[in-house]
Amino acid sequence: MLDDRHGDAFVAFEHVQKSYDGQTLVVKDLNLAIGKGEFLTMLGPSGSGKTTCLMMLAGFETATHGEIRLAGRPINQVPPHKRGIGMVFQNYALFPHMTVGENLSFPLEVRGMAKPDREARVKRALDMVQMGRFISRRPAQLSGGQQQRIALARALVFDPELVLMDEPLGALDKQLREHMQFEIKHLHEELGITVVYVTHDQGEALTMSDRIAVFNDGRIQQLAPPAELYERPGNSFVASFIGENNSLPGVIEEFQGDKALVRLDGGGVIDATAVNIREKGQRTTVSIRPERVEFKPEMMPPGAHTIEAKVAEVVYMGDILRARLAVAGSDNFVMKMRNTIGQTRLEPGQVIRIGWHPQDARALEPTA
Amino acid sequence: MANVALDPHAAVVSTASGGPAALTSADGTPLARALARSQRRARRRAFLLVLPLLAFILITFVVPIGQMLQRSFYNAGFSANMPQVSAWFAETERGTDPDDAAWAALAADLTAAAEARTVAMVGTRINYDLSGTRSLFTSTGRALRGGIEPPYRENLLEIDQKWGDPQLWSVMREASRPVTANFYLAAVDRARDAEGNIVQVDERQRVYTMLFGRTFWLSLVITALTFVLGFPIAHLLATLPLRKSNLLMILVLLPFWTSLLVRTTSWMVLLQQQGVVNDLLVWTGIIGASGRLQMIYNQTGTIIAMTHILLPFMILPLYSVMRTINPSYVRAARSLGASSWTAFRRVYFPQTLPGLGAGALLVFILAVGYYITPALVGGSSGQLISNMIAMHMTSTLNWSLAAALAALLLAAVLVLYWVYDRMVGIDNLKLG
Ligand SMILES: Nc1ncnc2c1ncn2[C@@H]1O[C@H](COP(=O)(O)OP(=O)(O)OP(=O)(O)O)[C@@H](O)[C@H]1O
Ligand SMILES: [Mg+2]
Repeated sequence: MLDDRHGDAFVAFEHVQKSYDGQTLVVKDLNLAIGKGEFLTMLGPSGSGKTTCLMMLAGFETATHGEIRLAGRPINQVPPHKRGIGMVFQNYALFPHMTVGENLSFPLEVRGMAKPDREARVKRALDMVQMGRFISRRPAQLSGGQQQRIALARALVFDPELVLMDEPLGALDKQLREHMQFEIKHLHEELGITVVYVTHDQGEALTMSDRIAVFNDGRIQQLAPPAELYERPGNSFVASFIGENNSLPGVIEEFQGDKALVRLDGGGVIDATAVNIREKGQRTTVSIRPERVEFKPEMMPPGAHTIEAKVAEVVYMGDILRARLAVAGSDNFVMKMRNTIGQTRLEPGQVIRIGWHPQDARALEPTA
Repeated sequence: MANVALDPHAAVVSTASGGPAALTSADGTPLARALARSQRRARRRAFLLVLPLLAFILITFVVPIGQMLQRSFYNAGFSANMPQVSAWFAETERGTDPDDAAWAALAADLTAAAEARTVAMVGTRINYDLSGTRSLFTSTGRALRGGIEPPYRENLLEIDQKWGDPQLWSVMREASRPVTANFYLAAVDRARDAEGNIVQVDERQRVYTMLFGRTFWLSLVITALTFVLGFPIAHLLATLPLRKSNLLMILVLLPFWTSLLVRTTSWMVLLQQQGVVNDLLVWTGIIGASGRLQMIYNQTGTIIAMTHILLPFMILPLYSVMRTINPSYVRAARSLGASSWTAFRRVYFPQTLPGLGAGALLVFILAVGYYITPALVGGSSGQLISNMIAMHMTSTLNWSLAAALAALLLAAVLVLYWVYDRMVGIDNLKLG
């Protein structure tokens, strides 16, 4: 796995800052190293600076401060067309006055490639996205998904080592989006290219990426592989942004190694893993995934602390059962149970005791 | 034809023509008829709504233009008022010397025309082709008040010797036929000689072809200039932040809002030999005090002033097209390896073509028919064909020639429109 030393990274952002108006920083001190062949996703809410980062990498925006390097070479002064970076835009940006074939041969033409070579490459790229039959169509005569494939083929046809994609699937419906996610991932593995992918769809980010950089407020909140991000969120923002999450406010009562005992504001004591909390008596927000909550004592580690919960409602969702519980003064605590044959059916009004493995509950900094 | 049953097309046709295949609506009427009936009411109402406009266009546009065009090949100013001599011309060959019958017919017609006070009209008609003859007709008309006795030839010649001029007779013969192509011939500097052959007119009188040429050439130059000047402005308008682009838009539209006279006067102040621009050039030493440039009352003046006035017609269609071009196209081109110039040439510029086509067509057509600006700042070398049309409408009163010139201009514009449609396609025109 890559570490955060930027020396041999393929793409490196070092202390990059960006301001559009000279008053507010849209990107604040960005440090990011992307390895060769990696699929890195920038994930974050709207306005968090993802596109801005991508545009700085592509060369359409200049960094206000800091350095961006590509294959070890600083590229702050290199104009976009000399960077050799493929790019897929959210609106595809297929040239409307050119046919699909002309669109694809454009990057080859401007590189001065001879016609026979161009034709062969265009054909190969189109076959790669199964669009060979559409070579003489205009973009306007294609469906959204087809345009998407053409845009992808055009970004890949000149064999760039780095491809940037800014919400490339944003305009597609769910089914097509999932299909294209698979295809993009497949192409990434097949071609061995480096991909920087921007999305605000966390499902997309989790399924496609090698690593995800979670952006908020112009900073990377956490940079980690999907599983780690999901299971071990580094702060409250990441915990609440990725996946469904229960949060319980409280105070640290005791440390045992990195295990902590937390006294909840609504009463009761629970086990947790201290993440970015180091002192006894400090306020914290404990975050627990709904599917990691247990209510059968045999599923919990021995000696685990439990708290009382009252079932408010149970929703049948097919593969899972989703129970809403009243816990420690909040009635929005969610527990998910697998819908197996032997599963205990809970009834509203029933009082149970819930608990969990200490590593599944993460004591994070308090939320405002 | 041997195997009709196996011909797939034959099979399709036979089922289609067999009744059951046709679609019908619920009550059994054919679907197409039911649809037509349901749409008829809506269509009738729509027609009634546009009827006032239709009538307006018909009365103010189609009818007058039709009449104008008719004048270009039909002029009964001579034949209607001089029926007997016209009949004599119709009976005799071209080149026949006027005999006694002809003189008698002329005398009778002139007397009748003098009575009916139409002799001046006849004179005007003949004057188109032979200048100085209007007074011949009016003065003869006055002399004939008391009637005329034979021998007509001698008596008429006594009133004015010019009646014996063979050219006058040949001109009268041409004018005796109300339907004629002669005005079109005149409009392209041609005329008929005594034998009826089409010949070029005397070199000193050839003005119209030269003026047509100049009109089209200057219009081209003006169109090109508005493009060169307007393209960057339209681009700025489309890309600047709203506040700045609004200000710029006001500047662009300013020529529309100022009175023509104010604009023209300011051009005079700027461009005349003792004007601001010349003063500036002399002051900076670019030209000597003796070499002041003549920039107004000539072609230069026409070009400068018309470019200024027509600039918005180029800028607005360009702007409306450029506004819709997403900046990501150019970015995409750049990311694909195109330099900014290549991205402009291959990706941005082609997408502005619908606006450019519309703007160029608009400017060119307006320039071809422009009249007032060349009249004010064009001097004599900056006059265009429309100034000639205006002159024939207002001072020489040769409406037929004016109509012929206008018809040629209209035809040229239509041809241009047709060529544009063939080359670019009129659906690609984007006016706003
Ligand atoms: N050209 C610009 N001029 C001024 N401010 C800008 C410009 N582009 C973006 N911003 C601002 O920078 C911030 C980050 O924008 P950015 O487009 O990078 O967000 P994003 O993470 O891509 O959001 P989204 O998910 O909505 O695309 C926003 O607050 C935005 O208003
Ligand atoms: Mg964005």
